[in-house]
This record gives sequence, structure tokens and C-alpha cells, in this order.
Amino acid sequence: MSDLTPKPNFSASVQASGGVGSAPVPTTEHGDHLLHDDHDHEHHDQHWLWKYVFSQDHKQIAKQFLITGMFWAILGGTLSSLFRLQLGWPEGSMQWLTPFLGHWIQAGKLNPEFYLALVTMHGTIMVFFVLTAGLSGTFSNFLIPLQVGARDMASGFMNMLSYWFFFISSVIMFSSLFIETGPAAAGWTIYPPLSALPQAIPGSGMGMTLWLVSMVFFIVSQLLGGVNYVTTVINLRTRGMSMSKLPLTIWAFFLTAILGILSFPVLFSAALLLVFDRSFGTSFFLSDIYIAGQALSNQGGSPVLFQHLFWFLGHPEVYIVIMPAMGMVSEVLSTNARKPIFGYRAMIGSLIGISLLSFVVWAHHMFVTGMNPFLGSVFMFLTLIIAVPSGVKVFNWLATLWRGNIRFTAAMLFSIGFVSLFISGGLTGIILGNATLDIQMHNTYFVVAHFHLVMGSSAFFGLFAGVYHWFPKMFGRMMDEKLGYIHFWLTFAGVYLVFMPMHYVGIAGFPRRYYAWTGFDAFSQFADMNKFISIAAIIAFLGQFIFIFNFFYSIFRGRRATQNPWNSTTLEWTTPIEPGHGNWPGEIPAVYRWPYDYSKPGSDVDFIPQNVPLSQTQSSNLPYEQEMAD
Amino acid sequence: MTALTILLVLVLLLVVFGLLFRLQILTSIFSGTFTRDIGMSNSVNAILMLVFLVFGGAWFAYSFVENFNKMNPPIASIHGHQMERMFWTTMAVIGVAFAITQTLLFVYSYKYQHKEGRRAYFFAHNNKIEVIWTVIPAIVMAALIFAGWKAWTRITGPAPKNSVVVEVMGKQFNWLVRYPGRDMKLGVINYRMIDAVNEWGFDLSDKSALDDFTTNEIHVPKGVPVLIKIRSRDVLHAVYMPHFRVQMYAVPGMPTRFWFTPTISTDEMRAKLGNPKFNYELACNQVCGGSHFAMKATVIVDEPDDYQNWYAAQQSFSAKNPEVMAALKQKAKTLVNPVVAQPEVEAAPMPLAASN
Repeated sequence: MSDLTPKPNFSASVQASGGVGSAPVPTTEHGDHLLHDDHDHEHHDQHWLWKYVFSQDHKQIAKQFLITGMFWAILGGTLSSLFRLQLGWPEGSMQWLTPFLGHWIQAGKLNPEFYLALVTMHGTIMVFFVLTAGLSGTFSNFLIPLQVGARDMASGFMNMLSYWFFFISSVIMFSSLFIETGPAAAGWTIYPPLSALPQAIPGSGMGMTLWLVSMVFFIVSQLLGGVNYVTTVINLRTRGMSMSKLPLTIWAFFLTAILGILSFPVLFSAALLLVFDRSFGTSFFLSDIYIAGQALSNQGGSPVLFQHLFWFLGHPEVYIVIMPAMGMVSEVLSTNARKPIFGYRAMIGSLIGISLLSFVVWAHHMFVTGMNPFLGSVFMFLTLIIAVPSGVKVFNWLATLWRGNIRFTAAMLFSIGFVSLFISGGLTGIILGNATLDIQMHNTYFVVAHFHLVMGSSAFFGLFAGVYHWFPKMFGRMMDEKLGYIHFWLTFAGVYLVFMPMHYVGIAGFPRRYYAWTGFDAFSQFADMNKFISIAAIIAFLGQFIFIFNFFYSIFRGRRATQNPWNSTTLEWTTPIEPGHGNWPGEIPAVYRWPYDYSKPGSDVDFIPQNVPLSQTQSSNLPYEQEMAD
Repeated sequence: MTALTILLVLVLLLVVFGLLFRLQILTSIFSGTFTRDIGMSNSVNAILMLVFLVFGGAWFAYSFVENFNKMNPPIASIHGHQMERMFWTTMAVIGVAFAITQTLLFVYSYKYQHKEGRRAYFFAHNNKIEVIWTVIPAIVMAALIFAGWKAWTRITGPAPKNSVVVEVMGKQFNWLVRYPGRDMKLGVINYRMIDAVNEWGFDLSDKSALDDFTTNEIHVPKGVPVLIKIRSRDVLHAVYMPHFRVQMYAVPGMPTRFWFTPTISTDEMRAKLGNPKFNYELACNQVCGGSHFAMKATVIVDEPDDYQNWYAAQQSFSAKNPEVMAALKQKAKTLVNPVVAQPEVEAAPMPLAASN
């Protein structure tokens, strides 16, 4: 891509292009107080342990999040393949899996309780460990300092802690897979009493304890990260980088971090109360229970209370997952359409609108849980309003493509795929958000199809777009584009082949979290369709190894990157190809313009980086810019 | 066989993609236009966008039509038909939005693919357009919200006075069913009195519990409002009856309810479907443990007369299980903290008030 347009010869864009080996130029300057002295030289003598493991460099931490996230994604995908085998071939023998699953295979059949453990862990892993930590953790860390023009996060130490708390959380969750009674199996939403009573399901014993402990560490990690992101965006922007000049990625990460800070503590409280109910005999969520031949003494608690607490996090959580993807996709679409993002302010406005609304829609997960129907009407109203800002985003993305000059990089393909999946999955939200229609659709495969498209696959596509796009900045090398294309088309077709038919199954009323539907006449049709879905899902999953291969191969053998391979305008591309700790060897560039000056009339190149002063672009300045330049 | 076919198609697809992208490098090298950057792979991807739209759209349309009957199991309640209309109306609305936006997305991607020498149109914002595509969806949403809200308040509103009452209680892993008996009052139950025989925990010191009877199947009369009272005695369950468009959680410690009016009797439905084995089913739809997937009850919709005969022929729990009555008096005394279920206030006076 780099040869598409002549390299711009603005002095400002070149000034910081130190390259890999160039000597850093120590200077004293304004904006980056605090961090300057510590970071703007390379620690050649730094011990590898501090450089690669307990690193405080946001870029290194981002890579740690990414690699850990990839590990979890492979595991989460493997679990889904296992339960898709069960759903596709309910009568089939699974004897061959005994070496891996041990006593969870009995007489050639998958244990139904283990099936529930599989779906529970798949959901937990994908939502929290991959799409929250792996996506937001990677790119918030990587891009915030680079794009706002900061040496590092506000607190590098807290940032390091954020990763290591996540790591501890990961180790605990991973170890829960191997215990005798199995991992948590009450669904990723861990509704009590099922999650509170080991008598109800073995997974609610030690497995659930580990789940809760792991999640506590996870929440701490999220909060440490979130506070850091918000502080960095507010305080460490470079000279000239006003909030209205921030790339949409940063706006998305910023709002995501705020959502996380406000909602994760509520999950923490829910988890804590559940721990009390499980271990200390309290009755927050338990009442009138007779189980395993015994009447429990708990009285007065409400399982519905837990659902309120859970979804007060759980709903913002899906926006925590999708908003970073939205931000990155906006960036990639604009860069590769060589066009400014359409309606920059409307994009920010809709992100803010979605963020605010995300806090007042949680009970749409609970229309038929026995909640007061009046609340149902209120939450239906608030939920369906979200369609408006979401629609604005989609239309703006479409308008960004319109009359563009599109380069189909792998990142661009995944961004276009993101928009397509977001539309497909988002629209069915209009059905599910309608309390009346949710009576039938609640907990069916329609819901599964909906959220896998709109926040599962979409967020994954955002993640892929991000990795393909910023890989050169991360590793100084390019990923193979051709493999990227194949990866994209296979995944894109695969996702639709899996989740479109899943809607049919859902409309027919098939309940989710069913080990088999064979016991019901009403759910007996669609056996073929389930087979089809399973095959498509397993192939699409296997296709991801193209990406894994491409990723690791390219780290070591990829084509070397140029400084600004996508001819992009944002600040991260003004750093050296492989920026050291401190990001810019010299002074941090100042910012003079918004991040979307692509194909500006009057300019002889089709992009003008943010750090190019208006005074150097007299020919392309808009009237108000010209005023500022004068 | 299907598996093999799909596998074959996907492998072929993979090979085709691989060849396409390889081929275009070769051809571009021969034609001398090879650059590492924007070459033919860009137009291959652009064309694939269009191909995806056409073939993907065609596949979706085909499979949707093909499976339409399967995804529409028969409906047998009054509000179910209303919901069905609302569902497909909403589907039509979102279908239009889906078709327009997806078409624009892929067509724009194809049409505005990179061309040497062309420059993208610098079009940063236009408030008028933003307002239009904010307001139009807002209006459509308002209409959908209004329709949904009206139906929701009607469906979840209080059950008619003449409703037939049946209570179900979820437990791992089956459904218990009881009827109020001749007095039309459900008796008091107490979870501390539950044992292997007295699964409901009937408190037989309550007079209205004496004539309550339990059954294995749920019988309801056709054409009469039915109020299902719902309890759970261990973990969360959910009463889900897809044919009646009924769903409500069973929550331990918090009784819930749902009312509906069945419109087609089991016999009629069997004749209609040509399936003599057809039965309405009640499925558990909130994960409740290992055998969640097998937690089912059968629902039988009778003609009103049959229902009344059936109702009259049932024997009460207390009569069937005299030992519970005998054991009760002692047992009840030892209870430190008896819990009284909500008294039944609005049970109908007759099993079939409406049909008479």
C-alpha cells in the first residue's frame, strides 16, 4: 500500500521518523512532563524479565493481552466445537474424545452436566477473557498513548498490574477446567440458586468458587486498566490534541473504560454476595428451597435481585465489547476508503448516546423472569431507542464508503465484514428488545444467533481488523495480506453459514443450553440444520488457524514494515517503525488538525497527518482552518 | 453425506480463493503491473464483495423460504396469533432495513474500489442527512414500541375473572402440576413439608388444600382463559410452551404467573397436522442442571365438556395419600418457623365458568 501515493514531504511528519536504529534525541519539552526522563532512552541493559515479562511499557502490555487473548480464543473455540459436535450428532459416539475428556465421556456419550460446563466456559471465556481483556485490553493499551501522543499510560505500574491481575485470573479460570467436579456449569450468567448450590449441579462446587475468585481478579484488572485509560486520555494528550481532534478509536476506548469503571464494581458486588450465600449461609439470592432431600434454611432472598445486579454489568458489558471494535472499524474504514469518516461529531454523539443508554436497558434480559411487567414496558422503550444511535453509526459508515477510493487491505475487509455483521445482528435486537416478542424468543437460539452476530462475531471482526491494521506498529513487520484475504472470506462466509440458520432454529423455539432436543416433538425438526451449523462452525473455527499461523509467522518472517504503511494520519505512525519505551525518540509531535484529512481538496497527497501544521497546507485549508493558520 | 458435501464445497472454495490470489500475482507479474500494493487483488476482493452479496443473498433467501414452514410451528392461543403478526411485521421492517443497508454496503464496496488516479470525495459531514437518518428510525421505533407496549400490557395484565387455574412447580427435573379441586382455592403449601410423597409440600391443616389434586399432565379447556401459576422449589426453571407463546420463569420463593387462552384442542391439532401422536409440550427454558434438556410436561387441551368430566373424575391428593394427613399433625407441630404460601384470592368460582 505504501507506494500508492507519493510520500508527503511535510517536515513535521518526517521529523519524528527516527527509524529503528537512529539515536534518540533527548530534548526537553512541554506536554509529557513526568514520563520524559524515564522513558525516552532505550534500556539496552534492561533485564529481559523487566522488558518482556513485568514490562511497564504499554506496547508490551498490549502484546501480552493480545497473546493471552489468543490463547483463550483458541480454547473458547475448541469448547464450542465440542458442544457443536454434541448438538450436530446427538446420537453419535464420542468415545474417541475419552483421552481428552476422561470421565466426562460415559459410555461414548458426553456427560450432560459437562455439556453445560462447556457452554458456560465458552461464554465466560469469550465474553470476558477474549473480547473484553483480549480486545479492549490490547488496543486500549496499545493505541491510547500512541494516538493521543503520550509517552506511556498515566501509570505504567498500574498498567502492568492490570495485566498480571488478568493473568492470575486466567490461571485460576484455566485451572478450574481440570478439577474433579468440573468447571462452573450454570451458564455464563451464573444465575443462582443453580450457581449457589453444589447439590444442584457439581459444577457449582469448587468450579464455581474458582469462577468467582477468578472473576474478582478479573474485575480488579479491568478497573486498574480502566482508570489508567481514562486518566491518560484526559491528562496526557499532546499539545493541540483537543477532545474534538481525538481519533474515534480513542473516543471509543475512553467511553468503554468509563462503562467498565461504572459497571464492573456492580458485578463485583453480585459476586461477593453470591460468595456469601454459597459459603457463609446468607440468603441474598436464596429462598424456599428444597433440594437433594433437604429443605434449606435460607429465606427471603431473591434470585431476581442477582439478575438485576448481573445485568447491570452484563448489559454495559456487551458495549464494552463492541465499542472498541466500533472505534477501530471507523478508523480503518476511513483510512482505507481514503475519506474522512462521515459525521465525526455524530459518531462521537452516538457513542456517548449508546454509552448512556447502555446503563438503563439491563432488564431487557429479564422480561419474563417474573419482574414487574410495568418495568418491562419501561425497559422495552429504553432498549428500542438504542436502535437510533446504532443506526446513525451504520449509516455514517456507509456514507464513509460512498465515493471513496477503497483499498481492500485485510483490515478493511474485516471492517466491512464488521459493518455487515453488526447490521445483521443488530436488527434482530429490535425483535428481542420488544417485550411482547421476547416472550417467545427469550432463551431460544434466536437470542444465541442475535448476540453471536452483533457482539460476538462483530467484535471478533473488529479485533481482526485491529490486528491486521496495527500489526506493523506492534512488530515492525507486515502480516501476509493474501492469507488475510483467505482468512477473511472463509470466516465471513462461515459466520453467516453458522448464525443465519440459527435464527430459523430460534424462531421455531429451540431452547438454548439444551444438551439435545430429541426429547421434544416441538423441537425435533431441524436435526439436519443443526448438523449443518455444526459443520460450518467447526470449519470456520479451524479457518482461524490461518490467522494464527499468519500472526506468528509474520512476527518473525513478515515483510518489514515502512513507517506509515497505510498512509494514515494518526500519531502512532509518526513514531519509529519499532518505537521504544517512550514512543517518540525526540519531542512528542504536536497536533494541528483532526485525524481524518484524507483526500482533502487542494492537497497534492491524499492524506495529511495530524501533526502537519495548518500553515503548511495553505492550498487545502478550509476557510476556518485558514483563519487559524493566519 | 451433507457433511461431506459441505466440506467439499468449502475446501474447493478455499482452493479457488488460493488460486485466485496466486493467479493474480502471476498475471500481474506477466503484464508488468506487479506492485506489492494495490493490484488485482484489490479488484478480486471488490468482485468478491458483489459475489458475496448476490450468492449470499440468494442462499439466504432460498434457505429462508425452504425452512419457513419448519420455523413456524402451529400456534394455538389468542395472544399467540397477535404476537405472530407483530413478529412478522417487525421482521418485514427489519428485513427492508437489512436489504437496503447490506446492499449499499457491498455495492459501495465494489463500486468505489480503488482506481488509479481517482480521488475520494472529501465529504466530512452533513447535518441535514444526519437528522434524516436519526429521525426516520426514531419514528419507526416509536411505532414498534407503541405496538409492543400495547400488546405487552394486555398480555401481562390481570387474568380474566373466569380463568381456569392450574399451578405448576418446577423441580429438578420435572414439572409438578396441581389443581385447586372443587373449592376452586389452591391450598397452602410449605416447602418444609416436602418429602418423597408430599412433593408439593401440602399443608393439610389448611382446609382448602384438602381437595387439591395433582396430575402428571396439564389439562386445560379450549377457548377458556387459563391462568398458570408458577413456582419452583429448588433452582430457577422457566415454563415455556412454544405453541401457546407462553414463557415465564419459575422462581424459588417468588410465585409468578402467566395467562393465555388456548384456541385449538389437542385432538383438533392432531387432525390438522395429520399427526396422531402430536402433543403440546411444556419445556424448561432456564438452565437448571444436567437433565435440563429433558425437563418436560405434556399439555392437553380438551374440549370444555371433556375438561369438566376429567376435572370431576380426579381424586384429591389428601384422599390418595391418607398417610400424609396422618403424619402431618405431628410434623406440623415440630416446625419452628412455618412458612405460609400466599393465600389464593382470585381463583375462579367454577372450573369452567366461561363455557357455561
